[in-house]
Amino acid sequence: MRVNLTVNGRPRTADDVWEGESLLFVLRERLGLPGSKNACEQGECGSCTVRLDGDLVCACLVAAGQAEGREVETVEGLAAREGGETRLGPVQQAFVDAGAVQCGFCTPGLLMAADDLLARNPHPADADIREALSGNLCRCTGYEAILDAVRLAAARTSGTA
Amino acid sequence: MGVVPAPTGLTQRAGTGPAGGRVGDSAPRPDGTLKVTGEFAYSSDLWHEDMLWGHTLRSPHAHARLLGIDVSAALAVPGVRCVLTHEDLPAATHYGLEIQDQPVLARDVVRYEGEPVALVAADHPETARRAAALIEVRYEELPVVHDEATATAPDAPVLHPDRADRVLVGDLHVPHPNVVHRQPVLTGDPEAAAARAEVVVSGTYEVGMQDQAFLGPESGLAVPAEDGGVDLYIATQWLHVDHRQLAPVLGLPPEKVRLTLAGVGGAFGAREDLSMQAHACLLALRTGRPVKIVYNRHESFFGHVHRHPARLAYEHGATREGRLLYVRARIVLDGGAYASSSPAVVGNAASLALGPYEVPNAHVEALALYTNNPPCGAMRGFGAVQACFAYEAQMDRLAAALDMDPVELRQLNAVSQGSSMPTGQVIDAPAPVAELLRRVKERPLPPERPWESAGPSGERSTDIRALPGGLSNSGHGEGVVRGVGYAVGIKNVGFSEGFDDYSTARVRLEVSGGEPVATVHTAMAEVGQGGVTVHAQIARTELGVTQVVILPADTRVGSAGSTSASRQTYMTGGAVRNTCRHVRAEVLRRAAQRLGLPDAEGLRLEGGKVVTRDGEALAALADVLGEGPGGAVELELEFRHRPTQPFDRETGQGFGHVQYSFCAHRAVVDVDTELGLVRVVELAAAQDVGRAINPRAVLGQIHGGSAQGLGLAVLEEIVVGPDGRIRNPSFTDYLIPTILDTPSMPVDVLELADDHAPYGLRGVGEAPTLSSTPAVVAAIRQATGRALARVPVRPEHLIDEDPAALGPAGGPEREG
Repeated sequence: MRVNLTVNGRPRTADDVWEGESLLFVLRERLGLPGSKNACEQGECGSCTVRLDGDLVCACLVAAGQAEGREVETVEGLAAREGGETRLGPVQQAFVDAGAVQCGFCTPGLLMAADDLLARNPHPADADIREALSGNLCRCTGYEAILDAVRLAAARTSGTA
Repeated sequence: MGVVPAPTGLTQRAGTGPAGGRVGDSAPRPDGTLKVTGEFAYSSDLWHEDMLWGHTLRSPHAHARLLGIDVSAALAVPGVRCVLTHEDLPAATHYGLEIQDQPVLARDVVRYEGEPVALVAADHPETARRAAALIEVRYEELPVVHDEATATAPDAPVLHPDRADRVLVGDLHVPHPNVVHRQPVLTGDPEAAAARAEVVVSGTYEVGMQDQAFLGPESGLAVPAEDGGVDLYIATQWLHVDHRQLAPVLGLPPEKVRLTLAGVGGAFGAREDLSMQAHACLLALRTGRPVKIVYNRHESFFGHVHRHPARLAYEHGATREGRLLYVRARIVLDGGAYASSSPAVVGNAASLALGPYEVPNAHVEALALYTNNPPCGAMRGFGAVQACFAYEAQMDRLAAALDMDPVELRQLNAVSQGSSMPTGQVIDAPAPVAELLRRVKERPLPPERPWESAGPSGERSTDIRALPGGLSNSGHGEGVVRGVGYAVGIKNVGFSEGFDDYSTARVRLEVSGGEPVATVHTAMAEVGQGGVTVHAQIARTELGVTQVVILPADTRVGSAGSTSASRQTYMTGGAVRNTCRHVRAEVLRRAAQRLGLPDAEGLRLEGGKVVTRDGEALAALADVLGEGPGGAVELELEFRHRPTQPFDRETGQGFGHVQYSFCAHRAVVDVDTELGLVRVVELAAAQDVGRAINPRAVLGQIHGGSAQGLGLAVLEEIVVGPDGRIRNPSFTDYLIPTILDTPSMPVDVLELADDHAPYGLRGVGEAPTLSSTPAVVAAIRQATGRALARVPVRPEHLIDEDPAALGPAGGPEREG
């Protein structure tokens, strides 16, 4: 089947999609967007987190056909491209600066979840951050630097750092 | 054939830029930007326009005879390009890290659930999966060996009847052919000491099977080459040991098998053994097409080795004052169906069995079994984790028997520089065990009842997120009891027991566009730890330049050894330092010659210039080396740590370890004693790292290791039934800590230099994984008064009506 969708603001079409394919598979293998990760493919780890019409979802649990005509935002859309330059979004920059990235496999999903949190709650308490990121598994960092990164991004975007 | 679009150009493209950072700085990761933009190319992200997808058919039985395989139905599926079984193997049929006992594809018997039996390559991964399901395999089930009793019974099925590995050559060192390896350690006279002991405590402990649970699944892309060879882009911990095992299996000369590191989504030991490497290469060579294999999480639980589950029986005897007189210990590790790294795990468990304590008399026996359980091998902590859980429980038990403070008892018996290990090895570097304990103990305790807070007008309010049970709203603080526990551990760094452990670094210094640039090429597997960051820092420090390029890791440069055993900053960092220093010497020799100086005495490289001891600039590097590659200085050199010795087969004596590292933890827990729920409130650590090459990366290692230890304490276990089958191969049922399970983790870093090591550094990654588990369990014991002899501690262990069931004899026998 053919699937038409908008990804990071651009209309995209995927052809020859088998009906059983997930949105994650279409993004990664058919649209050349492997930033969303395939750590569990059972909706437990959050590493494939994307926005679907503005709502956070695990792309591995969304059938490709369900994305027909809808808007998808992925980690590839978080940075601004200006000329040949990449300008990282505030959450991305904070993850780099705070040392929240080790192997990085959980990072795209955590970035999407953190970005979503700060859009809803610009001044989250630690308990709010933990709650918002509780669907995203990380095996490397013990989450301490991830908390630091979200605090840093919140402080920077609200102009207190 | 298309050319692979340089997949690793997007993993290690690391012109690190002027931001830089030298040894001791928290330099940013060179791959950080690629990882936050989603561009970093992990092994599962690789793509080739005409690639096929490989899939592995696995045994549903833990032990069965293979009677026949019919692949015709699978071959008839449209889109299927190739099906392979053991009959199609072109050359060597077995591989292994230490003992070549693991079949590439099963031939006449399967020894664990999930053992690979056949391979399919197809146009679409689902086609491959469905075709694999059509392969007809006829099995005859065999009795399952699943623990020590069934493995060593007189009539036990011998799992490897043809084994001829080093363990059995010459003398039969193991008591039964289902014992992979055995290592005793004997020191002093434990019998005589036992007669003198005034207080004796004993206990039997169990450690469940932990999974590394890296997030990036096993995956890679094999591309057949025009020379008849193959290029494999792979996530691994050691390219050259993969290469050593692969070439014989593929029947290719070594130079026709080329490996390049793809992006690695964590490792923690699970990528030491081969998984899909040989399978993808075999399919690619057979079909002439690139083949990608990506496991999903379910398959990943069957696709790599796990941490050895263990049963540990200990007896500690001491004086009334608390001085340890003797320890007897017996450690039985379940190695599962194949050897993997079990012999080395046994060596660690035996030699580190007593912990960081002075014990004048000891008798230790450690062994690993062959069973039909999932194969076990390397995981962060590697044999030392299991022992630490038991000896630290014993120290608490001894403190209770003596009515002593558990930290004081540990400090009284702690090793320090100059102490002897039970192997006879004298610790010849700082060993600040007592100081680490002091630091975690002196830290202020977090406030009690953290869920309670006063509202604006003084009324009490409850934040259930700070309660055991959290947002499941299981209670409001009734029955919640606080506990505090301590533990400390000792881990070896680097490969031990006489292994020729080395790394290789190629370093090139040249002037490009008027700027000096250092290029560093190693085969070090960057698995997330930040080795690439450290290499750039070292090159900048040694060569006085800002621009450093880190080339992708591959087999075109000499071996870096494994990214394991906390060894890479020591070993490949050491190799980069060593090569840089030789490059520097050559540059300075040329500079001296050019400047008409008698020799290079006192000259240094700084800021891209040759300077005197006093910092006076004598020449720019551009003047010494000229512009471009013509004047470049390039060297490739190996670096070794000081040699070690094998442990004596009977006494365990020997200078077996390169370096020791130490970490101490204090855990604070709240336990809902009515529901059996645990919330770890704080997990404080203190660790000696010798020298923090990158302090932020050091903290990341300590935090990550501590969290994995917490997982083993209260969450993580692969549950295997007596039929050898895994009950919970998913992240739904195998629980790793989330951000809600993981507390604040304050860290105190000591830097007491080890003069034997580059920059005085000490391997960091594993020690924190040892002590966090027993510290958390000690805190739960203090809160509940229960013996808790088994990890992970489950809710039923905390609310069971009969605490004696979990008493000194250990946990109840495991059932299904």
